[in-house]
Amino acid sequence: MIYFENVSKIYPDGTIALEGATLSIKQGEFVSIVGHSGAGKTTLVKLLLGEDQPTGGSVSFDSVDIQNVRAKDMPDLRRRIGVIFQDFRLLPNKTAYENVAFAMEVAGKSDEEIASDVPHVLELVDLSKKMWNFPRQLSGGELQRVAIARAIVNHPDLIIADEPTGNLDPVNTYEIVQILKKVNDMGTTVILTTHNRGVVEALGKRVITMDHGKITRDDMMGKYAL
Amino acid sequence: MLWITIKRIIKSGFISFWRNSSVSLSAVFVMVVALFMIGSTILLTAFLGTGLKDLQDKIDINVYLDATAQEAQILDLKSKIETLSEVKNVTYVTRDIALETFKARHIDNHRIIQALDEVGDNPLTAVLTIKAKDPAQYEGIASFLGGKAEISPDALSIVSKVNYNDNKVAIDRLSKLIEGVRKLGSIITAVMVGISILITFNTIRLAIFIARDEIGVMRLVGGSNQYIRGPFVVEGILYGFVASILTLIFFYPLTYWLKSATQVFYGGIDLLHYFVANFVQMFFIIIFSGMALGAVSSYLAVRKYLTAR
Repeated sequence: MIYFENVSKIYPDGTIALEGATLSIKQGEFVSIVGHSGAGKTTLVKLLLGEDQPTGGSVSFDSVDIQNVRAKDMPDLRRRIGVIFQDFRLLPNKTAYENVAFAMEVAGKSDEEIASDVPHVLELVDLSKKMWNFPRQLSGGELQRVAIARAIVNHPDLIIADEPTGNLDPVNTYEIVQILKKVNDMGTTVILTTHNRGVVEALGKRVITMDHGKITRDDMMGKYAL
Repeated sequence: MLWITIKRIIKSGFISFWRNSSVSLSAVFVMVVALFMIGSTILLTAFLGTGLKDLQDKIDINVYLDATAQEAQILDLKSKIETLSEVKNVTYVTRDIALETFKARHIDNHRIIQALDEVGDNPLTAVLTIKAKDPAQYEGIASFLGGKAEISPDALSIVSKVNYNDNKVAIDRLSKLIEGVRKLGSIITAVMVGISILITFNTIRLAIFIARDEIGVMRLVGGSNQYIRGPFVVEGILYGFVASILTLIFFYPLTYWLKSATQVFYGGIDLLHYFVANFVQMFFIIIFSGMALGAVSSYLAVRKYLTAR
């Protein structure tokens, strides 16, 4: 489903963010990518989202070369990928409901679909009672759950969670990981980048370890090896 | 589908305008200033226009005719002058009317009235008052009257005096003044409109700069450029609309207050009356300027954040 072939990314100032990275991820997998800050995890995510272009090699998603996707087709690609970030990236002037609904609106879903799916998905992340709250009225864990609801509401093929638990306490971290696991159990591929040893070990799924822009380990039943 | 998208974009623009109330309020107030400048320019142009027209109307040349001139000769001369393309109109003031006007003007001056009575006969001559279409054309008309070429000697023989040369300097000065004021008016208009556009564009650019992270999020979620840009353009139009209404409301007391001040001027007009009489026209100019400025500024300002992939 996802292929990185000998991908490198060197920034104009000479910083090597990624060097000769090759990996493949199958449909339905749950892959954790671990590494210190600056190891290249976020670069990997950015290349997959088409936010950045690789300096060498190619990145493909469902046999589509991402660097060759035209600007006007980018939104279509992004609607097939749900993204979750450490800093949540919700729209501050929209309620939890509207934030989730926005993802459906841009995908051209009907009002009826939105009215039935959004409450359902918010219930799935246990936020039914706060769906009309604005982001500023929600805690970190709740914000991340809204972000997850937004990411999964369009039934994407892939969820990318970039350090989703970085700003959360252990209880919320555990809950978020459980939700991601549930999403994965329903068949969605999940890529999780994290620093959190506990999370990775509890998952017991595939772990890719990165260091200085290179993939140093790739274990099917991985442990946190840093 | 298109209709649903448009409906969502408009709704989203309205909600955003309402929820970002502090940003909206600042943008609206700055736009009020910009639109106020455009409105003032319209009023200033009207004020100058009426003043100049009035001044222009004061300029004319008088052809004084012999006391012995016959009515038929005078009317013949009048119609000959009227055939000139530069002439706007010719007014014939008979000796009797001239006398009546003179008496009316000096009704409080007993000496003059007494002197007139002593003379007995009407000492005034008939006058043809000529107004040109353009102040610059008086010279041509005067030389025509002096040249005698086209008018038969018979027709011109009744002319005793043409007052153009006496007033030549004043007429030239006035023509130059009118031309100068017109030019100044155009320059002021251009500058005011230019400043308004700059102020509005920069304000909206700042408002959208504040929302740049949101634009990034919308892109990540898969929003197309049009879908992201739409609500901002709607918001821009709303800024313009609300600002226009406020500006128009603000103009009423202002013109009321200026009413007496502007009327004092020579040939001045009642600005309040002008504002009320031309309200529909002003309404459309201000509303259209406001909404167009808002929409175009938003469109351009968002574009900056939508150019990358």
